[in-house]
Amino acid sequence: MIEVEHLTKKYGDLIAVNDLSFKVGKGKIWGLLGPNAAGKTTTMRILTGYLPATEGKATVCELDIFERPNEVKRVIGYLPEMVPLYPEMTVSDYLLFVAALKQVPAAKRKAALDRAIQVSGLASVKGRLIKNISRGFKQRVGIAQALIHNPDVLILDEPTIGLDPAQIIEIRELIKSLKGEHTIILSTHILAEVTQTCDGVVIINEGRLMASGSLEELTASFREKERIILKLRRGHEEALASLRAIPGVEKVSRHDGEMAVEWSPGKDLRENVSRMAVEKDWGLLEMRAAAMNIEDLYLRVVSGGGAQ
Amino acid sequence: MSNIWTIAKKEIKTYFTSPIAYVVIAVFLVLVGFFFSSALSWFNSQAIQMAQNPYYAQQMNINQMVYTPLFHNMSIILLLMLPLLTMRLFSEEKKTGTDELLFTSPVNVGQIILGKYLAALVVLAAMLVLTGLLSVFTFAYGNPELPQILNGYLGLLLMGAAFLAAGVFFSSLTENQIVSAILTFGALLLFWILNWAAYSASGMWKDVLNYLSIFQHFDDMTRGILDTKDVVYYVSFAFFGLFLTHSVIQSRRWR
Repeated sequence: MIEVEHLTKKYGDLIAVNDLSFKVGKGKIWGLLGPNAAGKTTTMRILTGYLPATEGKATVCELDIFERPNEVKRVIGYLPEMVPLYPEMTVSDYLLFVAALKQVPAAKRKAALDRAIQVSGLASVKGRLIKNISRGFKQRVGIAQALIHNPDVLILDEPTIGLDPAQIIEIRELIKSLKGEHTIILSTHILAEVTQTCDGVVIINEGRLMASGSLEELTASFREKERIILKLRRGHEEALASLRAIPGVEKVSRHDGEMAVEWSPGKDLRENVSRMAVEKDWGLLEMRAAAMNIEDLYLRVVSGGGAQ
Repeated sequence: MSNIWTIAKKEIKTYFTSPIAYVVIAVFLVLVGFFFSSALSWFNSQAIQMAQNPYYAQQMNINQMVYTPLFHNMSIILLLMLPLLTMRLFSEEKKTGTDELLFTSPVNVGQIILGKYLAALVVLAAMLVLTGLLSVFTFAYGNPELPQILNGYLGLLLMGAAFLAAGVFFSSLTENQIVSAILTFGALLLFWILNWAAYSASGMWKDVLNYLSIFQHFDDMTRGILDTKDVVYYVSFAFFGLFLTHSVIQSRRWR
């Protein structure tokens, strides 16, 4: 549905997007995850035809975005980070204007308006001026304008930013309800947003691809090692050696007061480890499983470690 | 074409749902009305004096004595007010991020520019048409020549169209509306007085400066002279302004 190949965008010497490639399948929600200034907005602006790319290629619905921009724009609905609203228009007038801009035939605009208002839950404010409605409703109007022409692809740039927790949940539910009919890419710097709404994720940092895949794939790839963390009061040096001696343990490492013990999946050595800790009287304070997950990966990416 | 109209319709609505259009039109009408009535009362007092001498009375010409100065006054008011009409057209879109909606819609940049320009032209036309009411009095109590008056209005419309195109251009340069208005006003005033420089210039430069001056072309039209040279000047001025706008928007996006 959406294919991005070796996309690069330079602003003078600054490289905003660097050789980015990923694919999103039809009917899925994918998250574009990265810290601020990672290149998320730039990537989305290129896909929507707002900005050209310096190099690379991208297709949406098998249409090259640089060769046939107007056809691509017809099949994309876009919610920019700054919701493009005209405060002095009413919600209905605004949506009708967007429908005309997106080439919805005049006879079908009323139906498109009704559908967008119904889907995004705007019925109670449709006659009001946009400047007078709340932030949450404005965000909904933004989503309504993105889907007024019933596009195959929705591109949402930080759709929940600046909303209160209840509104965030509402918008997430709204986005989830649009899945299937529309292929959705949303950008966010909040991991929870991805794990709660998305099927897959593209993690980028400083314009570079760090990891991409469906949530299951990514989670599975980190299941290569079972890992637990021990917090001991004393005997760290001794523990380092003794734990390594347990059959099956592959790696023991120490970070300050905490010991990490790793072994291959399929075994369960937690009992052996805890028994040893008690018998040797290391003062076991805490023992927890630390399956490597997307969160760890994301934290490593954000802290500049990079993904292997 | 329908895309241009979509944009134009929205802009016209914005002009008339916000106070902008009403304030601009109202202030314009008040000022024009004032100039008109003072020119007319001066003409009346002259007429009373001249009535004693049949020869001078024949020289009285309402077109020359009322309309020509009125058109000049109107052109100055337009010079001051039209930049305020165009200043927000692109600046505001850029500042509020709504340009992202326009440029990610299946609409060409040229259509967006023309739509906005058309909306500003509609407001200008409304301003000019409404001043036509003043002529009801001159036609009721006098005998001015209609073709000359229409020619003057055509001159105002063409000149205003050129002003608006310059305004659209400067609006595309900045996201600050005040900056956009000041740049437009400065540039137009410079073009207006370009013929002053022609006094001290010589040879080809004199002709070039005279040709480029907005005022030079307008003066003829207020006197009832319709020269294609003047029409071509204003139309190409407007075209050039819109063309530059197109270049600015495209180059900004492709940088």
